[in-house]
Amino acid sequence: MKEVFVRLDRCQGCKSCEMACAVQHSTSKSLYGAVSEKPGPVRRLYVESAEGLKVPLVCRHCEDAPCVAVCRTGALSQDPITAVVDRDAARCVGCWMCAMICSYGVIGQGAEKRLAVKCDRCRDLDVPACVDACPAGALVYATQGEFMEMMRKAAATKIAREAKGLA
Amino acid sequence: MVKDVRERSVDPASQEMLTVAQRAGMETAWDRLEKQQPQCGFGELGLCCRNCNMGPCRIDPFGEGAVKGVCGATADIIVARNLLRSIAAGAAAHSDHARDVAQTFKLMVEGKAPSYGIKDQAKLERLMKEYGVATPVALAEAVLAEFGKQNGPIQFTRRAPAKRLELWQKLGIEPRGIDREIVECMHRTTMGVDCDYVNLILHGLRTSLADGWGGSMIATELQDVMFGTPTPTFSEANLGVLERDMVNVIVHGHEPLLSEMIVAAATDPELMERARQQGAAGINVAGICCTGNEVLMRHGVPSAGNFLQQELAVATEAVDAMVVDVQCIMPALGALSGCYHTKFISTSPKAKFPGMTHMEFHEENALQTAKEIVGAAVMNYKNRDPTKVHIPDIKSKCMVGFSVETIVGALGGSLDPLLGAVKSGAIRGIAAVVGCNNPKVQQDYGHINLVKELIKNNVLVINTGCNAQACAKAGLLLPEAADLAGDGLKGVCRALGIPPVLHMGSCVDISRVLVAAAAIANALGVDISDLPAAGAAPEWMSEKAVAIGAYVVGSGVFTVLGTVPPVLGSQAVAALLTSGAKDVLGASFAVEPDPRKAAVLMIDHIDSQRRKLGL
Repeated sequence: MKEVFVRLDRCQGCKSCEMACAVQHSTSKSLYGAVSEKPGPVRRLYVESAEGLKVPLVCRHCEDAPCVAVCRTGALSQDPITAVVDRDAARCVGCWMCAMICSYGVIGQGAEKRLAVKCDRCRDLDVPACVDACPAGALVYATQGEFMEMMRKAAATKIAREAKGLA
Repeated sequence: MVKDVRERSVDPASQEMLTVAQRAGMETAWDRLEKQQPQCGFGELGLCCRNCNMGPCRIDPFGEGAVKGVCGATADIIVARNLLRSIAAGAAAHSDHARDVAQTFKLMVEGKAPSYGIKDQAKLERLMKEYGVATPVALAEAVLAEFGKQNGPIQFTRRAPAKRLELWQKLGIEPRGIDREIVECMHRTTMGVDCDYVNLILHGLRTSLADGWGGSMIATELQDVMFGTPTPTFSEANLGVLERDMVNVIVHGHEPLLSEMIVAAATDPELMERARQQGAAGINVAGICCTGNEVLMRHGVPSAGNFLQQELAVATEAVDAMVVDVQCIMPALGALSGCYHTKFISTSPKAKFPGMTHMEFHEENALQTAKEIVGAAVMNYKNRDPTKVHIPDIKSKCMVGFSVETIVGALGGSLDPLLGAVKSGAIRGIAAVVGCNNPKVQQDYGHINLVKELIKNNVLVINTGCNAQACAKAGLLLPEAADLAGDGLKGVCRALGIPPVLHMGSCVDISRVLVAAAAIANALGVDISDLPAAGAAPEWMSEKAVAIGAYVVGSGVFTVLGTVPPVLGSQAVAALLTSGAKDVLGASFAVEPDPRKAAVLMIDHIDSQRRKLGL
């Protein structure tokens, strides 16, 4: 099962992911169309800045997700296979229990009313729009195993180069 | 991965060379565009500001994040400032070209540039009369003074219809001096100056008018004086003009100051003899981009293609020297020519490139330098790898050289036959189709399909730049192309023996379009904005095209753009350009990537203008 991973060292803070996310969740699904939509589309991930780093925050779709656990209307549910936490707009009452429990602050609000808006990992796409839009490779769509293998290879290369340099 | 070359270009020669380049593992602009995907949405919308170091700032187009930059600039301000800077850059390019031409003209008339001469004495005398001066030196000084004027007027703006000039004066956008307007663009857009989007765009119009009726027009007129006003001539276009057994020299860039000398040097008996000694049958000069158009129009020098074919030409391994001056020259040519035998020769002190051989060109000894450059090409002929040489056997004939003077001449000395045809409806209207290639558009698809649709509907097309080369390659610049035109236009073309698509020159020669439009408007006693005319740039990419679009609309011509300009981040600016401008200038922009739909927009506009004129 693939998830969205973040390589913090790569993020340039360009917010292309935010924009692509909003466009993907617009009616027209095109940038030039989306800018004239009323209400405008809402993004589901956020590039924050902290301690001099640029940090893209995207729903982690936590196991036994706290937001799902506290949702009192059944608007939030978690797919037992993909673990994607999705929201049923018809059931959401905007009580913000999910927003209060989310450790990452990635529950947004709909443009017109109190409606929880969050990452649905782009149901209709093979690769989420944010990952596809990142020009720096900071967002990676992979299984946890693949991501760790990638990071291990990068670490091994670095260690090997340093070792050669010392030798 | 092998890309489908048919998706990249409609030109069969380009398709063939793209396949060759791919097999050789060569990268082209199309590949680099793919690697740039996705392109930045803030940039696409014009919402990024880098004008001070409190930034860079960008505005969230969806209103969730920042709606103001650090200084408080809104989307409207940022988009308008960015647009103004593009206009300034475009106007600067045309006008600095004009400055070089004017300075060369001055050196020439002072006897200090012996390589150059006067080819059109009649035009020189007309210009002296227009400027009210008695000598060529005084004309040179008066023209050069246009650049540094503080309070105008720029003489050629007086060629505009009186109503148009009055409108510019009323709006406060009559240009005061070429350099002044460009400098003021940079001042207004720096931190904390002009923050009113309407005021910014008005100044953009003024700057662009200083280009169209100033810089570009000066370049065209003095080039005509020094190199001759183009007259109809036949030539050929596309990569197939390269010769397997000859030394091929490509001139690429924009200023005929260089390309004219290269053309002259290529007929030097000594160099031709040296070419024969090297085993070549002779020396073949071909052009790319607008410097190619300049020598095509005046000497029938064949065109090797338009903007997106510069890399493909090198990939033929048949180009012994790619000689460049300024504008639209891809820095990629350096690395690419390193993979072939092609000598990449830069000539302008303003434009150096990685991987180039620099042979600097100065007006005082121009022909001598040109001979050295052609000599370098001759000596490079033997370095070709014959196993790599691949010249597509594809070229088309074309009829070119339609300056305003020539068109009037073809009409029998007056515009009346043309006006008669417009009034009778045989010619429904006139469209100027110009502009670049852009790999975002399948090469030449926008150009050719728009032009075909227009002539089919009896709209006479005049064109310049990469559009003209696209049409040349597609066979649309031939009298026989009248068969593709509607019955009315077909009849006019057959009677006059002209193509339905008239090649007017390079991108600075869009000033010829302005002169023609003003002459027609004056003959009818109306403003340019009343004419059944429209403009289009189906595949534009350069900042120069932004300046051109602005001066064409500012002169009163409805203009359709085929690629989206970076202004949609501000609904106010977009609305001003696409509708508000019409109330003020009598003309506005439209954006329509589909060439057939663009033709419909232009024809609808032409029809509504005809109704207003009672035609």
